[in-house]
Amino acid sequence: MLATRALSLVGKRAISTSICVRGGHGVAKVDDYALPAYFDRRENPLPDVQFVTELSAVQKSLKEKEKGSWATLSNEEKIALWETQLLAPTRVYRISFKQSFAEMNEGTKEWKSVIAGMFFFIGMTGLVVLWQRKFVYGPVPPTFESEWKEKEVQRMLDMRINPVEGFSAKWDYENKEWKK
Amino acid sequence: MHCGKYIKSQTVKLCIVVLHIDGIRSPLASRCYSHAKVETDEEFDARWVTYFSKPDIDAWELKKGMNTLIGYDLVPEPKILDSALRACRRLNDLASAIRILEAVKDKSGPHKDIYPYLIQELQPTLIELGISTPEDLGMDKL
Repeated sequence: MLATRALSLVGKRAISTSICVRGGHGVAKVDDYALPAYFDRRENPLPDVQFVTELSAVQKSLKEKEKGSWATLSNEEKIALWETQLLAPTRVYRISFKQSFAEMNEGTKEWKSVIAGMFFFIGMTGLVVLWQRKFVYGPVPPTFESEWKEKEVQRMLDMRINPVEGFSAKWDYENKEWKK
Repeated sequence: MHCGKYIKSQTVKLCIVVLHIDGIRSPLASRCYSHAKVETDEEFDARWVTYFSKPDIDAWELKKGMNTLIGYDLVPEPKILDSALRACRRLNDLASAIRILEAVKDKSGPHKDIYPYLIQELQPTLIELGISTPEDLGMDKL
């Protein structure tokens, strides 16, 4: 007796889980997480429970209508049987399911944030690099000056560096200029 | 020579005995494949049609059956879906009927021609039971 009254309090869903009367001590409390849950998943099209558990009066009447011929239900009523009660008028689908397959499979717009974040951080890094060039690094060695470079190139030509196919091969020694 | 023959026949007998004891078939003749019977497509379909055709099927069985069927690497045949939709009718569950159609369309993945074929095959049943497709209800769009 006690068990059945407790059962009616907890709701129809709970019957299968964790209600037991042991040694006359009473009924075990049923925690929410222990009950079958609703979730929208592609691989589990029919979840264990309906999405909407407490039906409003309209929804209840709709559920009654569902027992009759389905052809007499209007389209809105059919959708109502399917959808959340928060949105539009009650719909049969919304009683049983939260999101349609189209809705649950919908991608997010997260990729835009990801790309934006990437650009932002690359930009920040660029600024840091510029600052470093100006304030952190000392002057470049004298070997980078154009005067030095000219002497370097002349020395390489004098030494006939890579005379066959490489460096000196491109220098015209007669006319003292680079080959065209 | 007599001894030779004797020995030869002994070794032959030994070999036969060895094979028999181990219970191995001759290695030349067989491979190590499973001996389980492979279910044919027709048997698979028939099994599932029977499952959903149970007259007093309950809601849990419908859900379990459907979820299991969707778990397989195949799109169910129209006759299986027909049986499932009729089970929904017996359970007064229009929502699940629509959901089944959605699930099957999703299951087809990139093969866009499977779902129209299924709807075409199921059209008499859909009309008879008064089931609207998700497209009719605009549920396939966001």
